[in-house]
Amino acid sequence: MEQTQIPFGMLLQKAVKIRTHILEMLAEAKSGHPGGSLSAVEILVSLYFYKMRHDPKRPAWPDRDRFVLSKGHAAPVLFATLAEAGYIPVSELKTLRKLNSRLQGHPDHRVPGVEFPGGSLGIGLSAAIGMALAGKIDKKDYRVYALLGDGELDEGETWEAAMAAPKFKLGNLTAIIDRNGIQQDGLTEQIMPMEPLAYKWKAFNWHVLEVDGFDLRQVIEALEKAENMRNRPTVIIAHTVKGKGVSFMEWDPAYHGKAPDKDTVKKLVESMRQQ
Amino acid sequence: MFGLMLVQMSSMRDALAEALLELGSKDPKLVVLGADTSVSIKTSLFADRFPDRFFNVGIAEANMIGIAAGLALAGKIPYVSTYSAFVPGKCLDQIRNAVAYPNLDVKIVSSHGGVSVGPDGASHQTVEDVAAMRAIPHLRVVIPADAPATRVLIEESWKTPGPFYIRLSRPSVPEVYSSRPDLKVGQVKVLREGTDLAIIACGVMVSEALEAGESLAKEKISAEIIDSHTLKPLDADTIVSVARKTGGIVTAEEQNIIGGLGSAVAEVVSSSYPVPISMVGVRDTFGESGEYKELMAKYGLTSKDIVRAAKKLVASR
Ligand SMILES: Cc1ncc(C[n+]2csc(CCOP(=O)(O)OP(=O)(O)O)c2C)c(N)n1
Ligand SMILES: [Mg+2]
Repeated sequence: MEQTQIPFGMLLQKAVKIRTHILEMLAEAKSGHPGGSLSAVEILVSLYFYKMRHDPKRPAWPDRDRFVLSKGHAAPVLFATLAEAGYIPVSELKTLRKLNSRLQGHPDHRVPGVEFPGGSLGIGLSAAIGMALAGKIDKKDYRVYALLGDGELDEGETWEAAMAAPKFKLGNLTAIIDRNGIQQDGLTEQIMPMEPLAYKWKAFNWHVLEVDGFDLRQVIEALEKAENMRNRPTVIIAHTVKGKGVSFMEWDPAYHGKAPDKDTVKKLVESMRQQ
Repeated sequence: MFGLMLVQMSSMRDALAEALLELGSKDPKLVVLGADTSVSIKTSLFADRFPDRFFNVGIAEANMIGIAAGLALAGKIPYVSTYSAFVPGKCLDQIRNAVAYPNLDVKIVSSHGGVSVGPDGASHQTVEDVAAMRAIPHLRVVIPADAPATRVLIEESWKTPGPFYIRLSRPSVPEVYSSRPDLKVGQVKVLREGTDLAIIACGVMVSEALEAGESLAKEKISAEIIDSHTLKPLDADTIVSVARKTGGIVTAEEQNIIGGLGSAVAEVVSSSYPVPISMVGVRDTFGESGEYKELMAKYGLTSKDIVRAAKKLVASR
């Protein structure tokens, strides 16, 4: 197995790199979803460069941990992370959303490392349950992670899956909710109120943890705690900010699905590199 | 003549919003539901004007259709709207059992149909929705050619009791019609008379068909161009008489040819007056990311593809 874990101190640098990739990809594509890509950067960094057992040289390795990006519109953060991890060339990132590219608007199996085609919201947690069940049948110790949007939780299927995972005692399953408070039409609490969110999952018999989704230490600690739960799935509610890292995008629902232009991104990337 | 008119581009979503605003002020029974895409689809304009008659259910399409059924049962006329990948994608059962089976007055307006959706890719494009909706009894299936047609056909759906599936396109599209075309649900519109063959199209393919008609005319092939905006109930009488007159049909649609407009035309023509039918449409494949025009070219959905099919059809006779 290739060493994919990097020293804790270097995770922050990865996050900066991935943020700049996301902005450059979107500017080049002239469309796509910056807000929910930027809010999930530290979550993917914690998984792909610290917690998960995976090997970019062997994307089909049967013992690998699996990551399901259920909120598939955040494809840029997944593609940028896969590129930084070595699944695809970084130079390919600029082909996002272009005709004949592997990097589709929403992830699919053309790209090595992509486990599930997200895009239609609400499906991913069910698929993650299937993978976790198969792991139990096969007596494998791989873990399954699913990242869900907080707006995505509106979908009924999420709650069908939420009932099923504790029933099947899926200690090998961790759901992570990107709790950025915003969906497409506006604030989640106005479009479809989610609170009290932690209580909902507790009532569904999940092991519930809440973290600051930008604090790598907190995210990683929660992922470790989840692993220690043998017979119960864990949900990590990661409190985040949509558009994180770009001041004019933060908290603005308009940047759910609006790409920044190239000049703006040039300036943003310069200032990010200086930090 | 149509060459000049094709220059004007406009948005079906704007037309939808305008129609709903106008109908909403006329009819207090009209209500609108959205599923977290209402800013994109512009039904948010209705929400601004009539906040008491707009319901955003979040990203919960199945729930939206079920709620609409209840509203209709209690005397309202609900217009529900989101992307066509998710309605019908997420809620075939609710459409079938809660809306169509009891024949309720629910109007489903699905935007972002076909592959013209563009860079979002296959998960947000539809090739299968039309076949699925055509196969549900009671449901009328309508695909307007442009923004003016959208405006009129939305009004027609309000005047016509019963459930509708109305499919719109995401990009701005060439205007086929002037401001208020005279369109009736269940009646085709003949846009150009011809004798050698008929080109029957729906949705964005109507403007492509008109362009094809002009190219063919230059090569002395006289094509009758027909907008069959209503796929169900299909205007069988007119289509059969056109088959009789021209002896050959090309259909053009922006969805899988399995179960779409071509199939619908074949269903009536084959039993009444069989003629060769050549189908231009998506050939049983998912779409992908790309720009609107690039995708139309890659998937064989341009005027050139229609011309090629037409010439082959004429030559084979
Ligand atoms: C079933 C479904 N309905 C609608 C959409 C369109 N859509 C894409 S993203 C989005 C909002 C998602 O919000 P959230 O889950 O909170 O994502 P995030 O804030 O993390 O970007 C919507 C409605 C979709 N992709 N799938
Ligand atoms: Mg969100």
